[in-house]
Amino acid sequence: MRSRRDQIMAILVVLPSLALLAVFVYGFIAQTVYISLTDWGQGAALALKPEIHFVGAYNYRELFTGFLNVRFRQDLVNMVFFTVMFVAASLALGLFLATMLDQRIRGEAVFRTIFLFPMSLSFIVTGTIWRWLLQPRGGVNVLPSLVGLPPASFLWLSSRDQVLQFNWQTLPYFVVLGAALVLVAWGLWSAARRRFRAAALTGLPGLVLLAWALAGGATQLQTLPFQEPHGFNLALIGVVIAATWQMSGYTMALYLAGLRTIPDELREAARVDGASTLQVYRYVELPLLAPITWSAIIVLGHIALKIFDLVFAMAGPDNAPTSVPAILMFLTTFRGNELAKGASIAVILLVMVSLLIVPYLLASFRTGRA
Amino acid sequence: MYQRGARISRWFLQALLILLAVVYLIPVYLTLITSLKAPADINLMTAWKPPAHPYWASYATAVSKFASSLKNSVVLAISATILSAALGSINGYVLCKWEFPGARLVLPLVVFGMFIPYQSILVPLFQFMRRIGLYGGLPGLVLVHVVYGLPITTLLFRSFYAEIPDELLGAAFIDGADFFGIYRWLVLPLSGPPFLVVAIWQFTQIWNEFLFAVTLARPAYQPITVALANLAGGQAVSWNLPMAGSVLAALPTVVVYVLLGRYFIRGLLAGALKG
Repeated sequence: MRSRRDQIMAILVVLPSLALLAVFVYGFIAQTVYISLTDWGQGAALALKPEIHFVGAYNYRELFTGFLNVRFRQDLVNMVFFTVMFVAASLALGLFLATMLDQRIRGEAVFRTIFLFPMSLSFIVTGTIWRWLLQPRGGVNVLPSLVGLPPASFLWLSSRDQVLQFNWQTLPYFVVLGAALVLVAWGLWSAARRRFRAAALTGLPGLVLLAWALAGGATQLQTLPFQEPHGFNLALIGVVIAATWQMSGYTMALYLAGLRTIPDELREAARVDGASTLQVYRYVELPLLAPITWSAIIVLGHIALKIFDLVFAMAGPDNAPTSVPAILMFLTTFRGNELAKGASIAVILLVMVSLLIVPYLLASFRTGRA
Repeated sequence: MYQRGARISRWFLQALLILLAVVYLIPVYLTLITSLKAPADINLMTAWKPPAHPYWASYATAVSKFASSLKNSVVLAISATILSAALGSINGYVLCKWEFPGARLVLPLVVFGMFIPYQSILVPLFQFMRRIGLYGGLPGLVLVHVVYGLPITTLLFRSFYAEIPDELLGAAFIDGADFFGIYRWLVLPLSGPPFLVVAIWQFTQIWNEFLFAVTLARPAYQPITVALANLAGGQAVSWNLPMAGSVLAALPTVVVYVLLGRYFIRGLLAGALKG
């Protein structure tokens, strides 16, 4: 049987890997958090023995409310818009492609290969190629002239136009309002399912928060002494297109695999009950694909929040209209030598990704799916 | 009647798919024709026209320009892939078949490591590599890719090994095999497909990686992604070179994908748990 010696051997074998990960992941994250709470040598961050002072949350406060850090705030807004648009586009396109490929069409393998091959490319290659396609006076913009129309003139990656503008000062108000509404909705949902304790635990704080926000409490959380407009930079559309071109094959593969696991008896049963093809799709197939949609949102979402290489290669790190926090962190740290500020941006990025990943990991390891 | 309607919608479906496939291939078309144009023939207005005479010199120039960075990428990707696959295999074996107290807690902590934005460890990593003298060269990059590859390789091997029935291990115990004996004579011979899936996944990831490469490698040891980004991002580029460079940088992973696509997709789908 299993001897004690073997069991000890097993632990000794994984120990080096676990130790490496403990240092390289958790140790380094702790160190980054520490750096972000200091001023790390200020101008002389690369000195052998930089002068270090503990400054608490100063770097974070500066990023969100400091006069000079307007680029960080716009980068954050860019990241959110990019993530939402890219994930939505990839899901929609992937589902559409998978649905079509599931109809037993001719040459399915060829189509699958074509839609999926961009996945195997580097974001740097994708970025370089799309940089050429989106040249202001070339590529996609001259397409209309092939059919005799005047060429388009959209500045794909350098346009300064912004839509959906909002004032940064109003952000705390809407964040509080949104959180309150989510809590109230959750409470109502729990009440409807007769889980009254859960309903009280979420609904009541939600109501208090809602009343406080509506009474004008949240407007006290003034972040900036002046109005600061932020919005969706149209220059990001090109990045969304390139990213979707690369990743929609992934969602297609996921959905196609999902559709193939639905037993035919289920479809047959629905048809016998008189459901049309469309109804079978809407009421049998789509609900069964919901878990796949969640996995895809998590995977694509965290890729989008971290997006770096693609923007770097497509527009360059210095192109403000398409910049994101991951790029700004790189510039701040390795070009500006502001280690503390760079570390703060990195921690904010890690928190955003963790909000997405941690619940997912907990859920999948609890059910033992992974 | 029903039959005819179905046939028409079938034709429509087929036509729509062909159209979409053409749209997906447009970037490939433009890349190839631009890479085969002489610098003087590259004109934004005629970007869509194929060259009258293919200008193969683009590739000759690109090969000589990128020779050293391509070599760096080959060395880096192959050695880091082999090392991280080997470690992942033995880790997966232990975490699947030799669960020790706390192992169930360790696994999510390990897996979390593959989702983090690497910016959040980059500054301490950079300082650490300088301190231990591995900053700037290929050995340092190999180490980094092996370490941060451990979560995914461990997870993939673990889920493959879960399919080996425990009764098989029990029988081997009775025959007197020990920890390493079972790995060597039972688990390893069954590990062909998982090694292929993991190797393809890791090779693609490492070949395509950019952030570590751009922050931890001196110019002489840059992988192809950094060299390509530098060339394409420079001012006054004549576009045939970055396009030829893109083809060279894409070739290894695309070839792997076309030849071994089945395993590539299996890696993609395995649990849908990856980044």
